[in-house]
Amino acid sequence: MLARWLYTQTSEPVVKDPKFSALDASARSVVAAIVPVMLEGALPEGATTQARDQVVAGVDRAVAGLPPAVRAEVDQLFSLLAFAPARCLVAGVWSPWPEASRDSIVAFLGRWRDSRFALLRSGFAALRQLILSAWYSNPQSWPAIGYPGPPLLESA
Amino acid sequence: MTPEPSRPSRLADPFREGIASGWKVIDASSLAADATFEADVVIVGSGAGGGTVAEILSGAGLKVMIVEEGPLATSSDFHMLESEAYPQLYQESASRKTRDKAITILQGRCVGGGTTVNWTSSFRTPAATLDYWAREFAITGFGSSDLAPWFERMEARLGIAPWAVAPNANNEALRRGAQALRLSSGVIRRNVRGCWNLGYCGLGCPTNAKQSMLLTTIPAALSRGATLLTRTRAWKLERAGERIASLSCIGLDQRGTDPTERRINVRAKTFVAAAGAIGTPALLKRSEAPDPHGVVGKRTFLHPTVVSMALMPDRVDGFAGAPQTVYSDHFLDSVRLDGPIGYKLEAPPLHPVLVATTLPGFGVGNARWMREFPHMQVVIALMRDGFHAQSQGGSVALRSDGTPVLDYPLNDYLWDGARRALLSMAEIQFAAGGVTVMPLHSSGALFSNWRDAKSGIGGLELAPLVTPVVSAHVMGGCALGSKPERSSVDLTGRYHHLDNLYVMDGSLFPTSLGANPQLTIYAVAAKLGSGLAERLGRRLG
Repeated sequence: MLARWLYTQTSEPVVKDPKFSALDASARSVVAAIVPVMLEGALPEGATTQARDQVVAGVDRAVAGLPPAVRAEVDQLFSLLAFAPARCLVAGVWSPWPEASRDSIVAFLGRWRDSRFALLRSGFAALRQLILSAWYSNPQSWPAIGYPGPPLLESA
Repeated sequence: MTPEPSRPSRLADPFREGIASGWKVIDASSLAADATFEADVVIVGSGAGGGTVAEILSGAGLKVMIVEEGPLATSSDFHMLESEAYPQLYQESASRKTRDKAITILQGRCVGGGTTVNWTSSFRTPAATLDYWAREFAITGFGSSDLAPWFERMEARLGIAPWAVAPNANNEALRRGAQALRLSSGVIRRNVRGCWNLGYCGLGCPTNAKQSMLLTTIPAALSRGATLLTRTRAWKLERAGERIASLSCIGLDQRGTDPTERRINVRAKTFVAAAGAIGTPALLKRSEAPDPHGVVGKRTFLHPTVVSMALMPDRVDGFAGAPQTVYSDHFLDSVRLDGPIGYKLEAPPLHPVLVATTLPGFGVGNARWMREFPHMQVVIALMRDGFHAQSQGGSVALRSDGTPVLDYPLNDYLWDGARRALLSMAEIQFAAGGVTVMPLHSSGALFSNWRDAKSGIGGLELAPLVTPVVSAHVMGGCALGSKPERSSVDLTGRYHHLDNLYVMDGSLFPTSLGANPQLTIYAVAAKLGSGLAERLGRRLG
């Protein structure tokens, strides 16, 4: 299968931004492009860019906290998505991630979610879990969903 | 985990006080050099099995060393935040998956293991399950009456009693719906003392009400001189003939994810594996323990669980109040144990990350549901796997780096149960006053009355990564039994093929239980641990 063949790590040297501990710049640009679509309707109006950056940082922290074997799988997923031919052929996104349109990303996510290949469905599930977790663990997401946050134990 | 400035707290933290008083707790991530230790007994794992055995063996005067892969986090560290608790306290940041990613496994990985993060539900093993073990696996001495004294002992030790406070609205809806349909339901017993009814059991109890191993048996063992090694991965049992001579361990880094250069060797007379139903078989496999019949790490069971969400007219606030206090065993008790799969109904706590990642969809669809968060009511159905030819469970294998992965195929037998469970839950939720019911499924299908739900759920495509399946109960893989062809350990917990290796955790079960496993693990570990203490006591004179 094409996806399987492409699902290998690229051999480019990885330059890591010290602010981030697990994702390289190309992986971060993939996440940054997907976040506004995955979280459309959830990110606060007017503060979308700032919230998006927080989600990217949260995804990075989450990946850094995974065991090496699982981290390697996530690395493979992002390497695949960052690799231009795979982005076009497997994800169906024809522009580089920073320029990709909302609609093309919506279509990509929907295709992977509904794919008959379990591997693509699992790729969608991984992106979904990482991004939704990063946002909903952030207290900024709570007012919109009516969650008051944990109770104060020692206010009395 | 993200380092947080520690907040001054007026709440007591008995574990930290114990460390200040001289308990021997060693964090391998801070070891400056390799280390070697000696003990009478090494216990791998500090959860329900390991904790219980540690208290008993240290109480018998044995020198005990407990090896825990996870970190030590105590009540002062528990801030009721998913962002902290999942990476810190759970295997693979609470996103452990089966090999094909179709099942998410919530499993503790910290001092206290699952007991630090479970929802406190305490059930004695159903008699039907124990009878089946006796009948099908010739397991003697583990019937309801045989285990009764051990249940009583652990119930007294851990304050296990029916929850006397009114259930929260999430659990009350399950009770109400079941009652309306004339289905049996009951109040769950919980291992708490002085519970504040906060609802954050799954993120570590901040008030030390939960009688986890972190609060009870591990402190008891440490106060008797036991040693606790944390962030220490038990890697390999080193053999000398028919016996295990030592356990070699690998230190983990401060994040708890990556191996360091540190090597820790523990020599002992006796070894107890209590690393859980994925960790214990993995340790045996890495150690190349003799397994002539290929049974180690086979028949691993999960209580595969499907989820149904309803919107209620009033606020439910499923994040507040004791998370799991009502259950219905109607669909276990009214069906044949070895027929189409039965399921137990319960309610889970609702926290933002848990809910958002379990709900289907993305973007506007997911966000719209999340805005209904306070009105959500959720029921879960835990399927009783392992009692049918079509339910052989999963198998534990090692990845190339030696860490374990569970392969658990979902087949038509299970999907049939999942469909019936989604139907039962939807009917209950409508009977409880639900306005909308969504059986969790990637299609996002939702229904506004039972008639539509009945036909709609009947036609849903159920498949891996289309229907979310979760598990919080990993069991089996080193089954108890008298016949080595079908089991890994004998009826004393001793590994069939090695003289001084024992298994005392949830991996002993030859099937799933049909009930939340903690109390069964406590009772079985107490029984086997007491037997071991007697034998070792004699040997040591």
